[in-house]
Amino acid sequence: MSAKSLVDEMKRGLDAPICLTWELTYACNLQCVHCLSSSGQRDERELSTDEAKKILDDLRDLQVFYINIGGGEPMVRRDFFELLEYSVANGIGVKFSTNGAFIDEEKARRLAAMDYLDIQISLDGVDAATNDAVRGEGSYDMAIRAMENLKAANFGQFKISVVVTRHNVSQLDQFKALADHYGAQLRITRLRPAGRGADTWHELHPTNAQQREIYNWLLKHGENVLTGDSFFHLNALGESLPGLNMCGAGRVVCLIDPIGDVYACPFVIHDEFKAGNVRDEGGFAKVWKQSDLFVSLREPQSAGACASCGAFDACQGGCMAAKFFTGLPLDGPDPECVGGDADEALSIISRGSEPKPSMDHSKPVTLTRKKLPVSASH
Amino acid sequence: MSVALESVLEIHPQVAVRPETFGALAYHYGNRRLIFLKHPDVVTVVQSLNSHPDVQSTLTACGVAPERWPSFVAALSSLETSEVVRERQIAS
Ligand code: SF4
Ligand code: SF4
Repeated sequence: MSAKSLVDEMKRGLDAPICLTWELTYACNLQCVHCLSSSGQRDERELSTDEAKKILDDLRDLQVFYINIGGGEPMVRRDFFELLEYSVANGIGVKFSTNGAFIDEEKARRLAAMDYLDIQISLDGVDAATNDAVRGEGSYDMAIRAMENLKAANFGQFKISVVVTRHNVSQLDQFKALADHYGAQLRITRLRPAGRGADTWHELHPTNAQQREIYNWLLKHGENVLTGDSFFHLNALGESLPGLNMCGAGRVVCLIDPIGDVYACPFVIHDEFKAGNVRDEGGFAKVWKQSDLFVSLREPQSAGACASCGAFDACQGGCMAAKFFTGLPLDGPDPECVGGDADEALSIISRGSEPKPSMDHSKPVTLTRKKLPVSASH
Repeated sequence: MSVALESVLEIHPQVAVRPETFGALAYHYGNRRLIFLKHPDVVTVVQSLNSHPDVQSTLTACGVAPERWPSFVAALSSLETSEVVRERQIAS
């Protein structure tokens, strides 16, 4: 079977997700300007420990191999370690994303003693100025301290996870060097206009010239750098990047949010992409297998305005979330279409008229946003 | 090691196999790799390896016709490289 027909199979959906993200809480000690889930404050409807364990039982029965745990900051949950241990004991590997605030020496040793555990430390700049402009004051030191502690505890290979923005594209080599220094693996992903990111995307997303830079960099380093296959819209520039090049939303990807709502992907927290709730009868398995939304996403999708584009096979029209939250039609080009085919449509959409995420758990205090550093390419 | 008909293989103990319509997904908990087994017959063979003395007897037991053996040996070789299967270890 060729790679192409394999992708066709994936598009028809799998019996269980291979990329399931579970956000444990909307609470977070930080307030990143591009937070995909608009996190900040805990939601009183969040799942209890028992409910969370019940989900893990369901995932074990579905033979889900591993889950990506995130938030908010997942480590603020008091039952965080209990759930980690329960998951691993159930044969479900865990990769969790954290800003590192709570990985002190003792926690680092505890994490290092566990099997089947991956840790992803978020870092969006190789220096405090670049990072903290996006992730907040003190967040750079926080992440570095966590990495030092993991290294000292001999955790092994953790991951450094970078959201690529206009201001850190030029630091890709330095990120790689930093990862090498810690014996870590670098992961870079695409910035999507989701959550608070919808408000900041226009200023933060890489320029067209920078997109080419990312593409060339990935062609050179792609085998050693993880991307969550998130840059497939760049395949329209030529040779395809490694990975599964398709939008997996509702087919191989999904999100369980802190209150148990199931969305097609972590970047589409909006009623339109909500498939159900794990508290409904039948639980997660029923939502995954039978929800109207997921069933319809697994049907052949129209290429719309992209149909006449020679690059469609490689680029697939890009990311559904990116189109949705920039107000573009879902069956047309991605807002970052490298051919510039979305530019006109984007330019006439009134800013502020785009769909808004259905949930906002941002802290009420209006943060005085520091001015972003001026990018070198301007 | 490269796989031959005489090879004595087993599923890697850190690998879980989940059936899918196109074949199966295999996940290696050690190296965290996800591997696509793209043919139902390959899945059957992989899952039967542990119950037969060697590759050839597994293929025979799974009803794979001899003219297809070379391609199955090749498929098993690549699965050995990705550590889905390995040389059988004597239980310690
Ligand atoms: S027009 Fe559509 S398919 Fe073509 S490059 Fe742009 S987004 Fe991709
Ligand atoms: S909507 Fe975008 S982020 Fe979500 S699975 Fe599709 S391509 Fe990925």
